[in-house]
Amino acid sequence: MRTSRTSIIGTVTDGLRALAIASFAAAACAAPYVPKDDATVLERLPVRPGDPIARELRQLRTELAANPRKRETAVRLAERYFELATSEGDPRYVGYAQAALKPWWDLPAPPLDVLVMRAILKQYSHDFSGAMRDLEAATREDAKNARAWSWRAAIHMVQADYEKAREDCVALQNVESELYAVGCIAYLDGTTGKAAAAHRALSAAFAKNADVPREVKVWVLTRLAEMSLRQGDVKQAEEHFRAAYFEPINDQFLLAAYADFLLDQGRPDEVIPLLVDWVKSDILLLRLALAEQALRAPKAREHIEALRSRFDAAALRGDKLHQQEEARFNLYLLGNKEKALALAQENWKLQREPRDARILLEAAFAMKDPKAAQEALDWLERSGHEDPVLRRTAEKLKALKR
Amino acid sequence: MRTLLALLLLFAAALAHAHKPSDSYLAIRAEGANLSGQWDIALRDLDFAIGLDDSGDGDITWGEVKAHQADIAAYALARLKLRSGDADCPAHTTEFLVDDHSDGAYSVMRFAATCPREVTTLEITYSLFADLDPQHRGLLRLEHGVATRTAIFGPERATQSFELAKISALTQFVDYAREGVWHIWIGIDHILFLLSLLLPAVLVLDGGRWQAVARFPPAFWDVFKIVTSFTVAHSITLSLAALGVISLPSRLVESAIATSVVLAALNNVFPVVHGRRWMVAFAFGLIHGFGFASVLRDLGLPQGALLIALVGFNLGVEVGQLAIVSAFLPAAYGLRASWFYRRLVFVGGSIAIAAVAGVWLIERAFNMKIISP
Repeated sequence: MRTSRTSIIGTVTDGLRALAIASFAAAACAAPYVPKDDATVLERLPVRPGDPIARELRQLRTELAANPRKRETAVRLAERYFELATSEGDPRYVGYAQAALKPWWDLPAPPLDVLVMRAILKQYSHDFSGAMRDLEAATREDAKNARAWSWRAAIHMVQADYEKAREDCVALQNVESELYAVGCIAYLDGTTGKAAAAHRALSAAFAKNADVPREVKVWVLTRLAEMSLRQGDVKQAEEHFRAAYFEPINDQFLLAAYADFLLDQGRPDEVIPLLVDWVKSDILLLRLALAEQALRAPKAREHIEALRSRFDAAALRGDKLHQQEEARFNLYLLGNKEKALALAQENWKLQREPRDARILLEAAFAMKDPKAAQEALDWLERSGHEDPVLRRTAEKLKALKR
Repeated sequence: MRTLLALLLLFAAALAHAHKPSDSYLAIRAEGANLSGQWDIALRDLDFAIGLDDSGDGDITWGEVKAHQADIAAYALARLKLRSGDADCPAHTTEFLVDDHSDGAYSVMRFAATCPREVTTLEITYSLFADLDPQHRGLLRLEHGVATRTAIFGPERATQSFELAKISALTQFVDYAREGVWHIWIGIDHILFLLSLLLPAVLVLDGGRWQAVARFPPAFWDVFKIVTSFTVAHSITLSLAALGVISLPSRLVESAIATSVVLAALNNVFPVVHGRRWMVAFAFGLIHGFGFASVLRDLGLPQGALLIALVGFNLGVEVGQLAIVSAFLPAAYGLRASWFYRRLVFVGGSIAIAAVAGVWLIERAFNMKIISP
């Protein structure tokens, strides 16, 4: 008798859920309309036409239009757009940058400056092998090209190829100033089980070079915070995060890392004021929604739906750039463990940074499937990565095997 | 600053994609020699290509978009080639609107194109923004009959061909019938309405108390009458609405459907109408027919085969209904004398249905959301 009652209630709940989802789907593709008033503002351009950046871009574009094969102009315009892509987080600027390089884009051996720029744009679209081919050619041609070496290091880190990353960092030592060279090695050491030493080295180099631009400060402080966390020093990590946060620049990477820290510490209420103005950014909206869900805030539902429609739009396009975030979204906001695990596994094929390992371990644990995360477990063993959160999840996973 | 930037970004590569990239949404429907379509293009992209912000204040207003309608249409349609066989199908805009997508405002252009002959192979060449942003993609949804296909256009795949299968009357009929079955299956409000009316069929009201019927035939005929009158009623309004003879606002229809479920369910707990439930089924069936019609409208009705689609869809609905009834009746008849059926399923189920439909009614009437997923 009791089971029958449950099943009736279950059916009704399922029906309600189906209905709710159906009506949300309808809301997501609201009907096109004709605005009532000519003065209605439909869109705000992210770069205001009067901005110095907008003026410079306009000028470069005009120059290039007059002479599309003028390489210096093309490369400078591509760089400006790439900077905009990263500060605004908007991939369409990478498309504009690529368009500027069009005369050289398909050449097997373009000039050095184009080669490096092309590699940077390729890695943005996660074409890591294409980018690496260009970067190898660039460092062969110019062994003192700091930029090419640092991007090589970055890509090798993403692919968890630590031996090659170390070679790149060493090459960087000869051509770059102290803080950057130390930063490269420290980032590598901090990821591969030597967080304490890395923290000491980077702090010392930072103290000696305190007059660096704000962007560099924020970068160093965020790295230091991560290294502190890996040593289990929550208090010190928070000091670094706060110091970085009070630098007057917007850095999405810092905000994401800081929000993750607060979520891990069980302090979702502090995430809200941090991210409330960042709903346009997918990666930050994800963190905001996680915090709102933890607090049972009414906004959570709206933000989960917004994320769902953005992931759906990416799927329509066939993009696989956001699988790590999408896995987290599925695991923690939709409770769809199976899909989360599939995405985390797919993501791991392309990207192997600590946070990629983490979502794979957590999704595998949710599915009680330690084998699915074997590669992340192996990575943890091999790299010696210290993060206590990852280590704990890995132990729980291994315990399932026994 | 230049090398510095490289290092800054060094380890943030994966996080750099914070926004949705540039996409346009192109929906095309093919019917005979005619194509009709809707093309949603981001205002930001159009501003970059042809300049919309005339006031130069960084805000794009509806007035500015309106002033550039002709430019937008000329720019976009010059970058979309529709061909059938060896002939061009020139397109012209029919309507100009805007819409909000998850990443901002889009201009919405509806257009029509005519090909010389019935389209069997549609070749589409898409080159919007190809010169400005090679990362831009055009996301196509192509509809033909009830079949829908999708494709992604970009600089590497600028021209694509689509074979449009010759639609026979039979496939069309079967397709629409399948949609009808599917709709009754997912249309939980129709199912709950029908169930509310069917639940008492295996019981009989005796001195104010529900008793189990003694024999199967009366129960069967009761169900037969209810289902038949529901069917006749919704067929009438479905046809009238689908043919455009009558049209009602969908909020009214949806609210009335929810009301019908509430009343039918409550009638089981506090019997007002009894014995003549087939009349209730008929009266409310008229309203449910309008609900079915809106689904059919969303599916799109082929002008050349209106009747086939209508009859197919309607028959599909009946088949779906019969499946539900044939699962319900034997089970209900078997359990009719039990406490489980009479108290839990009949009374408890009716109350639950009334409660759920009550929430729908409020949601639909006041256009709000109560039930969370």
